Amino acid sequence: MDFATIIQILDSAVRLMTPLLLACLAGLYSERSGVFDIGLEGKMLMAAFTSASVAFVTGSAWLGLLAGIAGSMALSLIHGLASITFRGNQLISGVAINFLASGMTVLLGIKIFGLGGRTPALTDGGRFNEVTLPFADALRDVPILGPIYSELISGHTILVYVAFALVPLTWWVLFRTRFGLRLRAVGENPASVDTAGVSVTRLRFAAIALAGILCGLAGAYLATGLSAGFVKEMTAGRGFIALAALIFAKWRPWNALFATFLFGLLEAIANRYPNLDLGIVTVPSMFMNALPYILTVIILAGFVGRAIPPRAGGEPYVKER
Amino acid sequence: MDKMPKWADVILTPLISLLLAMIISALVILAIGESPTMALKTMVDGALGSSYGWGFTLYYTTNFIFTGLAVAVAYHASLFNIGGEGQAMVGGLGVALVCLALPWPHWGIALPAAMVGAALFGAAWALIPAYLQAKRGSHIVITTIMFNFIAAALLNYVLVNLLRPVGSMDPASARFPEGTHLPALTDMAAALGMEWGRNTPVNITFFIAIVACVLVWLLIWRTRLGYEIRAFGRSEPAAMYAGISPVRITVIAMLISGGLAGLMAINNVMGESERLVLNAVEGAGFIGIAVALMGRNHPFGVFLAALLFGFLYQGGGELALWTSIPRELIIVIQALVILFTGALDNMVRMPLERLFLAMRKRGDA
Repeated sequence: MDFATIIQILDSAVRLMTPLLLACLAGLYSERSGVFDIGLEGKMLMAAFTSASVAFVTGSAWLGLLAGIAGSMALSLIHGLASITFRGNQLISGVAINFLASGMTVLLGIKIFGLGGRTPALTDGGRFNEVTLPFADALRDVPILGPIYSELISGHTILVYVAFALVPLTWWVLFRTRFGLRLRAVGENPASVDTAGVSVTRLRFAAIALAGILCGLAGAYLATGLSAGFVKEMTAGRGFIALAALIFAKWRPWNALFATFLFGLLEAIANRYPNLDLGIVTVPSMFMNALPYILTVIILAGFVGRAIPPRAGGEPYVKER
Repeated sequence: MDKMPKWADVILTPLISLLLAMIISALVILAIGESPTMALKTMVDGALGSSYGWGFTLYYTTNFIFTGLAVAVAYHASLFNIGGEGQAMVGGLGVALVCLALPWPHWGIALPAAMVGAALFGAAWALIPAYLQAKRGSHIVITTIMFNFIAAALLNYVLVNLLRPVGSMDPASARFPEGTHLPALTDMAAALGMEWGRNTPVNITFFIAIVACVLVWLLIWRTRLGYEIRAFGRSEPAAMYAGISPVRITVIAMLISGGLAGLMAINNVMGESERLVLNAVEGAGFIGIAVALMGRNHPFGVFLAALLFGFLYQGGGELALWTSIPRELIIVIQALVILFTGALDNMVRMPLERLFLAMRKRGDA
């Protein structure tokens, strides 16, 4: 395997990890506030559909992005209504949201565009174009660093850079701001936050809204950045891989970056080498595809460091009366 | 103590939730420019209007009874088993291995063996999440989700690399031997001199599913183990205080749950396709969640809810055939049923409780 190949695989890993990273950070906000979110998949799917549809109709990727956020946010609000306002089971609500998105996107897609659930292919304006960073072309011929800069770092869509910038931002919000402190507290011990006179409901809704925005970005990236339009079930389990990454990362932003990079890399390798030949054994692609899930189970089992979720996760808060 | 009479809790709330889900579904149909009454009529005609429709409705019902019971049994131990899909997939592998292992002379011998295979494989697939939950405290919801994906990858591998007959391009196993052919309800009706449901997949497994309902009822409400499962589900500390081992109950409840999900494969793999194909489960494992929620985790409720979803599934297929409403409408309805009967339960329950309390106060005064 030569250097150029490695760069290509890493480049592809960066593209593939972006939706995972955005969804993972979405889950991070939600679960840190004590609301389990297994509806990441559904929210991404809905966002992918609404963004692709609006981007096709208006010809603007940015309007598509807004529509993506709106679509994802609508499902977030349903989740909030069910799990915060009516204190329902957060897992069941998440399952319902995944099915709602899976059914609605195809239903609406067939009705609006009549293409069996796809949206028409997006042309230039409807997609996010690749951003060429300054001097990328000039530095291309510099050994080692040249290709790294011009191919790996430069040449992604704006949403990729946004996703990476969101990692330090999320860290700062969670660990350096008052809002972040309260958000984490409400996920560990909501009663104490309530006693301090801060609304648990409002904080959790804020967290869920942030998750909605981030899933919206993730879905919009899938449909208008990574590919050119919406395809039925295009998230293909990415929401669950993001969930796995979140556990892998032990609910921390920087770890989320590494976990999603690892999972993105696995997908990139599996795409490039359908049957990976390691000399002694040939690893089938199915194994590579299943690896994120297997790794998560191993992590969950506590064999490689323990993943402890926020303590109040999954439990609706009932104010004492 | 109870705010509502039992009948309101068991019958009224699910019915109101279902009604709400149906109203929203009707609005969705209106929103895509179709007529809800036409849609309902098409579905009823297609699913219940002929013995052909019934044949398919009952076939789907059989699948959903098994997966619904699987979710319900785990739920009594307050375990949320989302892994029915994967367990049913792996159960299918068990059935295929049993059916392909021997030249079975008669279905009467093949069926019990295949049932054992299905239940064992399904239970085995639930064992690891159960053990991890019981011993290592890893959340069973997450592990069962992961195991669904792992099962899909495993099956893909086994079908492409191991079970695929030489020369075949299709990722599917060879056809099962003739002796594993289960009698279809059509054949049974024909033996009684009736013509019923020609070319429909419903088979003898339907009766096995009904027996499973009765057995699960007996298990949960009439045995010591069932009592322990329910006690554990209500309060883990109380159950421990009573000498019930959490590890034992978690593992046993999940084994039963996985076994039931696996048994579904008798219907779809052995009874219908008669070979193992990719994605044989077709989401039935997830529908089990909706079925158990609707049926309030009671076997009789599960039976009724499975029938409802069987109707929706067959009716949905007819919709796609005769109208321009896509089949995916059913997924939306399924989502709404899960949402309203599961997650938004309190939205219906709280006002109802207030209503009953107000009525009781007036009664006392």
